Amino acid sequence: MSFWEYANPKKFMVTTAPVLPWLFAAAGVALVTGLVWGFFFTPEEARQGSTVKIIYLHVPSAMMAINAWVMMLVASLIWLVRRHHVSALAARAAGPVGMVMTLIALATGAIWGQPMWGTWWVWDPRLTSFLILFLFYLGYIALWEAIDDPDTAADLTAVLCIVGSVFAVLSRYAVNFWNQGLHQGASLSMDKQENVANVFYIPLLVSIAGFVLLFLSLVILRTRTEIRVRRIRALEARAQQGEGRA
Amino acid sequence: MSLLGAYALYVLSAYAVSLVLLAGLVWLSWRRAERVRAALARVEGVRADG
Repeated sequence: MSFWEYANPKKFMVTTAPVLPWLFAAAGVALVTGLVWGFFFTPEEARQGSTVKIIYLHVPSAMMAINAWVMMLVASLIWLVRRHHVSALAARAAGPVGMVMTLIALATGAIWGQPMWGTWWVWDPRLTSFLILFLFYLGYIALWEAIDDPDTAADLTAVLCIVGSVFAVLSRYAVNFWNQGLHQGASLSMDKQENVANVFYIPLLVSIAGFVLLFLSLVILRTRTEIRVRRIRALEARAQQGEGRA
Repeated sequence: MSLLGAYALYVLSAYAVSLVLLAGLVWLSWRRAERVRAALARVEGVRADG
């Protein structure tokens, strides 16, 4: 069976229907476990005190903010190259989810920054690129809403997505590029020396798993909704044509 | 809150904001999914009757 079979809307609907409740359940279990573990059962950090508990929200949401845009980029490229409607609708479905993840990362970052840096906001490279990424999300969602023809909307939003990818990459690597500003380096790394201590690391991984599963669940649910909206439009257009002939 | 010490307000507000946003996102996505599902059933029903 080919991967591209899932680009067929009917195949996508049939395949995802039984999976979706299990995905939502797994997301709920992982999120509750990670957040309760992190909030109630981890110690304070020597320098940051109890504010370290914000890490279980801030790091996963920031990761998903960037990865959601990467997923939208891949789906948009598939649309542009192969013209599969499900991929364009999946990109559209991921937009609001990624926007909320970016908003959570910005809000929790500001709340964490006030007691640690003495300010809610600085024009630091990572913070600024995240704010621009958030604005790109708003523009992406607005562009989908503004254009009536779905194929034209998919084409133009795909181009916007490619342009915005520059800021998605900058958001991730801004700290390394400029080596300035208040924001610290990555909390998670392939290099174990750079990772946060194990006592914070394991609940953080569980929380990240929860965010990833929630993102997947929401994107599938919203893609299914977009496919149904498309079907309604097609049926209504066919009915109008029938009335016109009669 | 003794568990969180002097930073309780910051930690609690970070959790409150995040959970409200996540819950809102899930609720809005689910509500739209249900409405669209009902609308499609209506349209397909009309088509079958017609």
